[in-house]
Amino acid sequence: MSVLEIKGLHVSVEGKEILKGVDLVLKTGEVHAVMGPNGTGKSTLSAAVMGHPSYTVTQGEILLDGENVLEMEVDERARAGLFLAVQYPSEIAGITNAEFMRAAINARRDDEDKMPVMQFIRKLDEKLALLDMPEEMAERYLNEGFSGGEKKRNEILQLMMIEPTFAILDEIDSGLDIDALQVVAKGVNAMRGEGFGAMIITHYQRLLNYIVPDVVHIMMGGKIALTGGPELAQRLEKEGYKGISEELGLQIEAAEG
Amino acid sequence: MSEVPQLEDYKFGFHDDVESLYTTGKGISEDIIKEISAYKKEPQWMLDYRLKAYQHFEQRPMPEWGANLSEINFDEITYYRQSSGKPERSWDEVPEKIKETFERIGIPEAERKYLAGAGAQYESEVVYHNMKKEYEKLGIVFMDTDTALKDYPELFKEHFGTVVPPTDNKLAALNAAVWSGGTFIYVPKNVKVEVPLQMYFRINDEAMGQFERTLIIVDEGASVNYVEGCTAPTFSSSSLHAATVEIIVKKDAYCRYTTIQNWSDNVYNLVTKRATVAAGGTMEWVDGNLGAKTTMKYPSVYLNGRGARGTMLSVAMAGEGQNQDTGAKMIHNAPNTSSSIISKSIAKDGGEVNYRGQVTFSKKATGSMSHIECDTIIMDEKSKSDTIPFNEIHNGSVSLEHEAKVSKISEEQLYYLMSRGLTEQEATEMIVMGFVEPFSKELPMEYAVELNRLIAYEMEGSVG
Repeated sequence: MSVLEIKGLHVSVEGKEILKGVDLVLKTGEVHAVMGPNGTGKSTLSAAVMGHPSYTVTQGEILLDGENVLEMEVDERARAGLFLAVQYPSEIAGITNAEFMRAAINARRDDEDKMPVMQFIRKLDEKLALLDMPEEMAERYLNEGFSGGEKKRNEILQLMMIEPTFAILDEIDSGLDIDALQVVAKGVNAMRGEGFGAMIITHYQRLLNYIVPDVVHIMMGGKIALTGGPELAQRLEKEGYKGISEELGLQIEAAEG
Repeated sequence: MSEVPQLEDYKFGFHDDVESLYTTGKGISEDIIKEISAYKKEPQWMLDYRLKAYQHFEQRPMPEWGANLSEINFDEITYYRQSSGKPERSWDEVPEKIKETFERIGIPEAERKYLAGAGAQYESEVVYHNMKKEYEKLGIVFMDTDTALKDYPELFKEHFGTVVPPTDNKLAALNAAVWSGGTFIYVPKNVKVEVPLQMYFRINDEAMGQFERTLIIVDEGASVNYVEGCTAPTFSSSSLHAATVEIIVKKDAYCRYTTIQNWSDNVYNLVTKRATVAAGGTMEWVDGNLGAKTTMKYPSVYLNGRGARGTMLSVAMAGEGQNQDTGAKMIHNAPNTSSSIISKSIAKDGGEVNYRGQVTFSKKATGSMSHIECDTIIMDEKSKSDTIPFNEIHNGSVSLEHEAKVSKISEEQLYYLMSRGLTEQEATEMIVMGFVEPFSKELPMEYAVELNRLIAYEMEGSVG
């Protein structure tokens, strides 16, 4: 079993503090949902875990099986087992999707142990079929000219090809129609198991009908305000963030990020 | 971001001890030119031609509008050297030492897999030459230029010097005076050469000038794709490569000429490349400049017949101490002609890449069009790039488009690739390879692989 521990995490962007002490423990075999109103720091949490250069950790720790993640470069974090499906993936012209995924898989392997081409192609075909993506998606340039929905699916395709220990999915449901949402959920559910943990960041309860979380966290004002089971998401759907914040005596801060 | 170890030794920086069979020593004079011509047993007209060109070379000042050429010392250059007695007919007969050098650049592999016929130039003479029998049957001539002068005197004399006259520029005059080796190709009417014809060559001696002369004649309705790649060892003092390439594309014919040059970083690479295209014909230059201290090269297409087409697709990469001053010229001299120039440049570690191009529409060029696209990546603050287009329009009904874009490697792209586990080095390499992909996809497979290897190598140590 692996553990991703976030302890008392404070994060600033351009000098402005967004996260003000986040504590969260994610284990393999678990799926956590992190919910919360806009601008409360959900995406900041995901970017800080992955190591985006614009986000500065001012206090706290992130540990992966006891190893200090904050001392690792972005690529080292990825090779240590972390994966972040981002809201706005970059487009890289001239590099095919397949070429990129093979490089990403092999970046985790020793020189003597590179994935054979045939094995790669079989795995790719299998995952493309599961995600209902046409085969030519593999030969298109990485995210270039992809629609919003295609980009999201492609993030999940990469997740399934790379098979990380922990995945953070940052608003993977935004802008998806119901069919695409189901396909994305199918991909994530196929990953669930003993060796995999996920943190799903979302505004809406809708995605959680398809990916049922083990734990639900509600973030407000740069902190985890409330933690519970899947029923918490249901309650949120009925009462809204406002109801919950009033109960907790919290102010919802309107902030960007 | 993390430091990547520096690694800037030249990959092909080895130097073999091949003894020259014959050399004129350093320096140039009328006597030396007479000596070269006599040694080659050339006809009188060629000696006269050389001497006339030499006179022009002497009178003509160095070009001063481009890269800095002031360090070239013409007295310190060896103008003729022969490393093997005669062109070889089979691989077995090639001297071991030379073979070893070629093997390190990968010739035998290329030979086995893709070659339809090949000559490999080692120093100033072609030492190895091979030609598939079926091509000979079709009447295709593919040989070194010296042999062509002997074997096909009329065809040779009819076309030689008609595209690039010795008076064109100082370096073309020098080449005309001391030329040696190079490739001669003739493709008869309506013959289509399906597999690319290829040649590797390299400079292998200090202060050795290489002045090869290439002449390609593609007769009416014929087609050919010629590929050359070159690499050279590292030396302390500067070498000069002043080649001339002349191509004649006749009516409805097609020619593609692909070059990847990777001269070591002490070579002045000053090449005059030009093609003339008759009605309905097509000339395509595919030109990669990765090495050399200084490159000045502007492959040209003279679109002389109705509907003729010319394209240039180029990649230039300049690192520390390098200046790649390259571009293209498209001269529209007939109606409904079209041209396209796509230039991709990368500057790093203080290198300089400039695009210098000329597009001319003459009075007769009604209905013609040209499209120019220049993309540059500048890797750091020390490096430079400039785009210097020169357009001349003498006809009202033509169309000309020019797009230019200069960018840096985006931090978001790097972050994205690294977040999937690629190191900063691998991510940078991948972005650069994607950038040059429109070029590399046009290359025969083994050249694309070699180009990717060279780029990967060049990108080492350029991150941080």
